[in-house]
Amino acid sequence: MSDGDIPPRVRVTGRPRTAPTTRSVVSEIDAQTELGEVYVRSLVRSQLRLALRVTAILVLTLGLLPVLFASSATARRTALLGVPLPWWLLGVLVYPFLVLLAWLYVVRAERNERAFRELVRDR
Amino acid sequence: MNGWALGAVLAVSVATLGIGAFGLRVSRTTSDFFVASRVVPPGLNASAIAGEYLSAASFLGVAGLVLLRGADMLWYPVGWTAGYLMLLLFVAAPLRRSGAYTVPDFAELRLESRTTRSVASCLVVLICVFYLVPQLQGAGLTLRTLTGAPEWLGGMVVAVVVLLNVLAGGMRSITLVQAFQYWLKLVLLLVPLAFLVQRWQHDGRPSSHLHVADWIEPMQGPHSVYLTYSLVLATFLGTMGLPHVVVRFYTNPDGPAARRTTLAVLCLLGVFYLLPVGYAALGRVYASDLIGSGRADSVVLTLPGRMFSGVGSDLLTACLGAGAFAAFLSTSSGLVVSMAGVLSQDLLARWTGMVAAFRVAAVVVVVVALGLALASSEQTLAHTVELAFAVAASTFCPLLVLGIWWRGLTAPGAVVGLVVGGLLSASAVVLELVDRAPGGGWGVVCSQPALVTVPAAFLAMTAGSLLTRSRLPEHVGRTMVRLHSPEELPVDRGSFRPRGATPRTARRS
Repeated sequence: MSDGDIPPRVRVTGRPRTAPTTRSVVSEIDAQTELGEVYVRSLVRSQLRLALRVTAILVLTLGLLPVLFASSATARRTALLGVPLPWWLLGVLVYPFLVLLAWLYVVRAERNERAFRELVRDR
Repeated sequence: MNGWALGAVLAVSVATLGIGAFGLRVSRTTSDFFVASRVVPPGLNASAIAGEYLSAASFLGVAGLVLLRGADMLWYPVGWTAGYLMLLLFVAAPLRRSGAYTVPDFAELRLESRTTRSVASCLVVLICVFYLVPQLQGAGLTLRTLTGAPEWLGGMVVAVVVLLNVLAGGMRSITLVQAFQYWLKLVLLLVPLAFLVQRWQHDGRPSSHLHVADWIEPMQGPHSVYLTYSLVLATFLGTMGLPHVVVRFYTNPDGPAARRTTLAVLCLLGVFYLLPVGYAALGRVYASDLIGSGRADSVVLTLPGRMFSGVGSDLLTACLGAGAFAAFLSTSSGLVVSMAGVLSQDLLARWTGMVAAFRVAAVVVVVVALGLALASSEQTLAHTVELAFAVAASTFCPLLVLGIWWRGLTAPGAVVGLVVGGLLSASAVVLELVDRAPGGGWGVVCSQPALVTVPAAFLAMTAGSLLTRSRLPEHVGRTMVRLHSPEELPVDRGSFRPRGATPRTARRS
C-alpha cells in the first residue's frame, strides 16, 4: 500500500446535539446559578419530606403507645399467649417494625436520588 | 470466688491488651487499607458499629432495669435501636458525603468557623466522660459479683486496660475486631439464656413475682408520661451524636452504603435486645431478692448461680462475665480513642506534640470518669448511659439535623444552641449523678432532662441563627451540594478535608 492510496480526509458534520446556548445542569449547579439552586433545593426538599413522613409514621404508632397505655387499662392488661400486650409490642414486635420503616426509607431515598440523577443527566 | 469466671475475665482483658500491643502493625495496615480503599461492606461495618455500641448498659443494665421497674423500662432498648432509625433518616448519607471524620469536622465544614469546631470538641469530651462512667461502674459491679472484690477495683482494672491499650496506640477502629465483638457478645448472652430457659421449663415454669401490677403493666409510676417521653426523646435523638458511632460512618464507601449499614445495624440490635428481657423475667422468678438490694444490675451474672450448681453454674457465669468485660472494654476503648483524638487535635496540640497530647488527653479523661464513677454509686447502669444520650441529643442532634437540612444555620447560632443545650443537660446530669438533684418537679426534670433541654437547644440554635442572618457561611450552597448530591454526579463539592483524616492519609502514602 503506497501513500497515494489514502483517501482524502473527510470531515463528518451534523447538527450539534445540544443547543450551544444552554448549559448543562451540572455546570448550573457548579456555578450556583438560580437554576442550579432550584435543582439542589428540590432534591433536599424531597429527601427531607421523605424523612419527615417516616418520622410521622413513627410518632403516630410508637409515639402514641405511652399515652395509650396510660389511658387504657385494657391495652395494658390484654394478654396474648400468656404475655401482656405491652411486652409483645415493646419487647418483640417493635424491632421488625423499625427495620421495616428503615427499609422503606432506604428504598424511597435511593429512588429520589435516582430521579435526581436522571433529571440532571437528561438536560 | 469463681475460678472459671476470673479466668474468663482475665482472658478477655489480656486478649484485648494483646490486640492493642502486638497487633498494632496488623491493625494499622488493615484499618488503613479499609479506610483507604473504602471497601468495608455494609454487613461487616454494621457488625463493627453494633460491637462498639453494645456496652455495659446493654449487656447488664437493661436486664437490671427491667427487673427493677418493669414494662416502662422496655423503652430503653427500643430507644437505643430506634436511635439508628433517626440517624438513618436525618444524618447517615449526608454525614458520609460530608467526608467529616468527627462531629467537630462536620461543624467546621458546614459553618466554616474554628470557634464552633472548638465548642463541638469540648462537647465530645463531655459526652465521652458521661458515657465512660457507667462502663467503669459496670466493671466494678461485675468483678464484685464474680469475686467479691471491692467495687472500685473493677473500674480500675478496666481503666488501666483501656489506658494501656490507647497509650500503646491499639484498637484504633479495627473493623474486624469490633465486628467480632458483636457476635461474641450475642453468643455469650444467648447461650446461657438458652440453658436458663430450659431449666425454667424443667422446673415447671414458675411465675412468682411476675404478675405484679406495677411491674408488668406500663405507665404505673409517678410522672410516668413525662419520664417516658423524655427517655424516648433522649435515646431516639442521642445516638446520632455519639462520637464513637460517628467515626464508624467514615468507613462506608458512599452515602447509599451508609444507609444500608444503618439498616443492618437496626437488624443486629433488634436481635440482641430480645435477650435482656428474658434475663429480667427469669430474675423476677429466681432472684427477686436483688430487687430491693440496689444490686439489680448484677441479675445477668447472678442467675446461673441461682438456677444451676457446680461446674455448670461456674461455666455459664464465666461466659456472662467474659461477655460483660468484652462490652466494657470495646465501648470504653472506642470512646477513649475517638475522644482523645479530638481533644489532642483541637485543644491540646497547641502546647504539646500530637502524640504526647493524645496520651495526656486519654489519661485526663479516664481519671475524671473514674472519679465520677466512684462518686456516684447509687445510679443504675442503663440510666447513667441514657443521661449521656440526653447530652448528645441536646447538643449534636440539633447541630447535625439543622446543619444538614437548613441553610439558615449560622456559626453564632450553632454555638448558642450548643452552649444552651450542653449547659442545661450537663448540669442536670451532674446533679443527678452525684445525687444533689432538687426535689419536686425540677428533680423529675433532672432525672430525665431531654424533653426540656432538646427543644431548648433547637429553639436557641434556630433563634440565634435567625438573629445573625447576615453571617451565613460563605460556601453554604456548595456545602449543601456536597451533603446531598449522589456520588456519581460530577459536581463541584468544595475542597474540605477533615483534620481527623489527615494522619491516616499521611501514613497511607
